[in-house]
Amino acid sequence: MSLEVRVRSRLSPRFQLDVAFTAAPGTTIVFGASGSGKTTLLRLVAGLQSPDEGRIAIDGRVVADTGARVHVAPPERRVGFVFQHLALFPHLTAAENIGYGLSRLPASERDARTRAIAASFGIAHLLGNRPAAISGGERQRVGLARALVTDPDVLLLDEPLSALDHETQSRIIADLRTWNDRRRIPILYVTHSQREAFALGERVLLLRGGAIAADGTPDTVLNAPSQESVAQLAGFENLLDAVVIERRPDAGVMVVRLAGIAVDLETPLMSFEAGQRIRVAIRAGDIMVAAEHPRALSARNIVGGTIGALSRQGAIVRLEVSVGVPIEVHVTPTATAALNLQTGRAVWLVIKTHSCHPVSAV
Amino acid sequence: MDWTAIALSVRLAAIVSAILLVIGVPIAYWLTFSSWRWRFLFESIVALPLVLPPTVLGFYVLLALGSRSPIGRAWERWTGHGLAFTFEALVVASVIYSLPFAVQPVAASFAQIDRTLLEASATLGVGRLRTFLRVVLPLSIDGVLAGVVLTFAHTIGEFGVVLMVGGNLPGITRTVSISIYDSVQAFDFAAANRTALLLLVFSFASLASVYALLRKPWAVAPLS
Repeated sequence: MSLEVRVRSRLSPRFQLDVAFTAAPGTTIVFGASGSGKTTLLRLVAGLQSPDEGRIAIDGRVVADTGARVHVAPPERRVGFVFQHLALFPHLTAAENIGYGLSRLPASERDARTRAIAASFGIAHLLGNRPAAISGGERQRVGLARALVTDPDVLLLDEPLSALDHETQSRIIADLRTWNDRRRIPILYVTHSQREAFALGERVLLLRGGAIAADGTPDTVLNAPSQESVAQLAGFENLLDAVVIERRPDAGVMVVRLAGIAVDLETPLMSFEAGQRIRVAIRAGDIMVAAEHPRALSARNIVGGTIGALSRQGAIVRLEVSVGVPIEVHVTPTATAALNLQTGRAVWLVIKTHSCHPVSAV
Repeated sequence: MDWTAIALSVRLAAIVSAILLVIGVPIAYWLTFSSWRWRFLFESIVALPLVLPPTVLGFYVLLALGSRSPIGRAWERWTGHGLAFTFEALVVASVIYSLPFAVQPVAASFAQIDRTLLEASATLGVGRLRTFLRVVLPLSIDGVLAGVVLTFAHTIGEFGVVLMVGGNLPGITRTVSISIYDSVQAFDFAAANRTALLLLVFSFASLASVYALLRKPWAVAPLS
């Protein structure tokens, strides 16, 4: 079973969705900022919108083909769709919501299937309740169960877990994985959360401005971005201008010098030439802080600096450390207290080679 | 009290409400969910009885139903008698006259339904008619009831259209409001007062029930 998509759809005078990909069974994460066309992509696959041009096939069955004037209506497409705000029917109980798509079955079989899937999603005890009477995580499970119980050929999930806490997210993701191990269908999972992408994705499609900007495993797409906008999107707080000084292919590393200051960083070797201007992306949480100059460390990059600003945001303390250029660092409140970190204090930043991600300057 | 007229009005209002329930709900559905660009023209036609003087509406209905019109002639061939100045003519005229009172509350409650519910239903393999019966109608039943009550009350109280189309035939076309008019013409103020008071109380009770159903105090029905 697979999902083939090749669509072009102008959504506004300045924005066009133009993507082509084939999704194999398993979870394909559709990752991107809001307004990148993620939801539209799902709606096109479900038939809730028609593309201006293109072709969509589910398991070889053509459900949309503008050339052949094919547009299969949503009820006949056999897609499961979990909407961002779930769209549970407020006047129906959880059981009636889940069984809604099974109305063609005899009542006894409908009940049996509803009970079975409710049991596997841990919501059997609240089948008699209306959506308003159950919690957010439970509602999410009802929404998932309702879409899955019809045995769809493809499953579309539009940020289904964004409103939930991490623990509930993890449990539902585990349930979804279990389900998908048994029923191998393509799942398109729209999210802008890296956590969900890493937890679920076998493959990530990075959508930017309506086009696929990157396609690969969560690790390659989200951890080692090759374009700056990708880095920003994936939440790298630090983007530092630098020049490649030296390539060491034997060690798999290269040395770059931060622009304007005499600070060298060792980074993974990437296809940049010596002398080329690049940028280095570093997550604030990947940087360690030492109160004294550390010795005998495996980390290759140790940079001295001064704390310019310090602010607490919930469970993290945000430091701005000047090493000639400002670098954002996140540490815990306990570390802040233990190291007596405060504005004006001299510190050393410790950055592992593989926490430095070289990206092209343009 | 002119019980004959009251019974006639109630019968007329019940029939008109039933007819408008059947044709008003689909019209409201179409007005709400159609994306046809000229829809506003149809909306205007439906709302026309709200602003048109009853005499104007009655006049054209009379012409349309008269023995010179194709409708009137067809009716005559079918039933053996003319359509104008009959109870059936009152029904036709009242259906047209009360159309906005049936359609607008229903359309307003349809419009409040979250469209993603309809999309969810579609992706679950359920077609439009069944979606309407299982999602749209249950979620807008208050609007439908309001439409029925308003239609009923409005038909009970109508005067100008009835007079134009039906005349004043006791037991056939003399409705409550015409009966009041007759009483006043005959200087029987006591009889006029009794019937008028009955209509007043009834109208208030109808509106109170509609507002209780809709619970939106400032949206003066019909909602436009």
